[in-house]
Amino acid sequence: MNSFSRSHWGVGGLALLIGLFLFVFLIVPVVKVVYVAFQDPNTGALTLINFVDFFNTSLFRESFLNSLYVAGMSVVLATIISIPLAYFTTRFNFGGSVLIQTLGIIPLIMPPFVGAVAMLLLFGENGSVNLLLEEWFDFKIPFMVGLNGVILVESIHYFPFILINLSAALSNIDRSMEESAQNLGASGIRLFRRIVFPLAMPGYIAGASLVFLKVFDDLGTPLLLNINNMLAPQAYLRISSIGISDPMGYVISVILVVFSLFSLWVSLLALKGKDYSTVQKGGGGLMKRDLRPWEKIGCYAVIILILMMVLSPHIGLALLSFGTVWSYSVLPDAYTFAHYTNVFRTATQYISNTLLYAGLAALIDVVLGTAIAYIVWRTGLVGRKWLDYIATGAIAVPGVVLGIGYLRTFVEFNVPIIDKPLSSWWVIIVIALAIRRLPYALRACMAALQQVSVMLEEAAENLGATKTRTVRRIVVPLMSGGILAGFIISFATASVELSATIMLVSAESDAPLAYGIYEFMQSAAGRGPGAALGIVAVLIVGIATYISHRVINRREKELAPGVAAAAEGV
Amino acid sequence: MTEIRAQAVGVAIEDLSLSFETTEVLKGVSLTIEPGEFFTFLGPSGSGKSTLLRAIAGFGPEPGGRILIGGEDVTHLPPWKRNVGMVFQSYALWPHMTVRKNVSFGLEERRIPAKDIHGRVEAALDLVDLRDYGERRPSQLSGGQQQRVALARTIVVEPRVLLLDEPLSNLDANLRIQMRRDILELQRKLKLTTIFVTHDQEEANTISDRIAVLNDGVIQQVGSPMELYDNPANRFVADFLGTANLIDGRVEKGQGKISFQADDGTLIPLNGNGVEPGPGTAMFRPQDLTIREPGAASEGAAVFSGQVQHREFLGSIIRYAVRVGENVILVDDSHQAGRPVFDVGDDVALSLAVDQVRILAG
Repeated sequence: MNSFSRSHWGVGGLALLIGLFLFVFLIVPVVKVVYVAFQDPNTGALTLINFVDFFNTSLFRESFLNSLYVAGMSVVLATIISIPLAYFTTRFNFGGSVLIQTLGIIPLIMPPFVGAVAMLLLFGENGSVNLLLEEWFDFKIPFMVGLNGVILVESIHYFPFILINLSAALSNIDRSMEESAQNLGASGIRLFRRIVFPLAMPGYIAGASLVFLKVFDDLGTPLLLNINNMLAPQAYLRISSIGISDPMGYVISVILVVFSLFSLWVSLLALKGKDYSTVQKGGGGLMKRDLRPWEKIGCYAVIILILMMVLSPHIGLALLSFGTVWSYSVLPDAYTFAHYTNVFRTATQYISNTLLYAGLAALIDVVLGTAIAYIVWRTGLVGRKWLDYIATGAIAVPGVVLGIGYLRTFVEFNVPIIDKPLSSWWVIIVIALAIRRLPYALRACMAALQQVSVMLEEAAENLGATKTRTVRRIVVPLMSGGILAGFIISFATASVELSATIMLVSAESDAPLAYGIYEFMQSAAGRGPGAALGIVAVLIVGIATYISHRVINRREKELAPGVAAAAEGV
Repeated sequence: MTEIRAQAVGVAIEDLSLSFETTEVLKGVSLTIEPGEFFTFLGPSGSGKSTLLRAIAGFGPEPGGRILIGGEDVTHLPPWKRNVGMVFQSYALWPHMTVRKNVSFGLEERRIPAKDIHGRVEAALDLVDLRDYGERRPSQLSGGQQQRVALARTIVVEPRVLLLDEPLSNLDANLRIQMRRDILELQRKLKLTTIFVTHDQEEANTISDRIAVLNDGVIQQVGSPMELYDNPANRFVADFLGTANLIDGRVEKGQGKISFQADDGTLIPLNGNGVEPGPGTAMFRPQDLTIREPGAASEGAAVFSGQVQHREFLGSIIRYAVRVGENVILVDDSHQAGRPVFDVGDDVALSLAVDQVRILAG
């Protein structure tokens, strides 16, 4: 570990290269955005005038409050959806647990903006549900009116973050925590309030702040629902309509970054020093009990209701993609394949661009992720943690902000041979996607490396393998499941990214799927083909997710005995 | 200063049965534990000892039979109404509360006025020597300190019975010995009826007034540590408490003499009264034998000749495995520097103090 061999300098050089990449494509653009926000547009001097202007404009004040309101309410609604699901799986011997796990994945394979228009047709003012309600009971529910629509779509999409964290927190509470409280006289609500609830709290906060961050930063959903009085859409509209020199876009960017950092900080704070995972050997989980028949019926009813809600964007999108005309009716008038043939005749470049961009971005991510994970966990390099912090910090940079930063920073760099500014070359989209998805891939790689026992490496070195050869022959093969998982996560989420892409697409021919869907959905006539394109996107993400599940499961089974035994020895 | 007081009450268990799904874990257990007694459930893992303890605290499936604490039938009371204090194997300290909050929890649940709580918490922390640790979090304490917090948290509510579920198993060897002395001292001071669960016979022997040995959900024998060791009721108890030579055969009576005829023909004269003829198992401990050069005679002892098969040096003793007929008999020879040592293969004579031989039925 501490031998100053050639490979040591090699590692240093590698770390430097990664640091440089992150500096140029993450730190510089963000700093640039912040700097411009504090710059007087006319004189260039540092000033707070832009912020004063921002808060003096009623539209911006309203947008700011709307963004806070939508993010907050989405957390509330997502919590309401998650609590019963988490509760059923952790407290009862419940056969529907598999169903609940599936529920936790389905929303993630479709980005919220893709389903937004379909949700409008199902739940909107004149959507299927309200038409039926009016016919039967003579009233309507304003599911999708104004900000409600954004809240509904976002919380249906993002609730799994809370569900997963809350379930994990609950199932990590050891039974003896509860039993010792009962032994000392606590029961019922008091037991829940004093023991179970506080122990599960950090996990919940972590999930909830992530949902807040995601919703606060989301551009696609409000844009597709035509809600413009929120922060992210305002930033986009200012830059795309007034121009890159308009300071308001930058001020909004700063606010988005500040709130993102804040919610990230809250989630870190919630988890810090509170590793409440208290499961002991032979213990495990809270007390579970069997359900009485009527309780079982109730459970299934709640789950099916949530399942229908969660599936409604998918169902709506499918109907839209096959429907001829769907307006003021419960279902489309007739069905056709025309939208798909239309899309495959005219819009294949969206699909091929997406595969190329997301594939390249995911490749960059796993290479960086593996390298950073190795540098952080296996070398004593000074400042190595900072690579991790900076790469992870990308999660707090909203796509809009990164997009604006790239536009502003790289417009001055001319790419030699093709003679275009870097900011309008398609490669910049790949880099933006790679930076945006790096935190996900990095987590996957880190987790994979942590499961590889140092002893396995030491055994290889003991038998004569150099550091470099050990990495190649032992570490990377053992990590491959995690690396693949990282690749798929990056690929799947990058292939439907909209907020950074929408700012960076300079020509229709360079545009990926997400942009294509957005373009189509702008007009009523384009909704059919847009939905067909959306279904293609869902299929790409769904298939990728499925393959990664299969491959990871198989690899885990193959590797399990050796790796587990080695890990136990540590 | 407030004091922690305890009422000493007895515990009676009457024909207790308990099953997990279809697996019967306790099969008609009956026991009486005296007020103020330090009582131990001893048994291998899976014997039902922890299940029995948890049943007394009210955890686990509903049992059949009855559990009485201080004469009150608690069989169908929920855990929070039983007022029995349990110290969990994992300690189960709540990580989100300070030591003080952990200790005051039970008092708060009992709606004790806040002004009294403070004094009692201090007294409890004092008892376990953790006065200055009130504001710490459990994660900031060592294993031994966590254990003492768990004890304080339990005794502060002045439970009728103290239940300890393998409380020493997570501590290292030295600390374990210290803690078991501390626990015993605390129990003597409070005169608190205490039930202790362990699989470690040494732990059970050193700490208990009486032990119930459990195996397979059935109580094998109840008695003081020495009674169990000297007069085990069956093979299981003989083997589980210490090392035992167990030789199958039958007791025979003839010409006013009584003797044990092993299945391989070896004859052991007996002088015991009340031994009935019939099949049985002769039991004697390795230290009941002495090992010599062949040919040496000895008074009041049965002599066997055999051959050393194996030798283990254990420090204060050397343990030989000697083949006698078809049996292998373990013999302990106390060790001092310079004393002769037999080698594997040596022919030896063993003499057995016959008054130490016990005949176990069946």
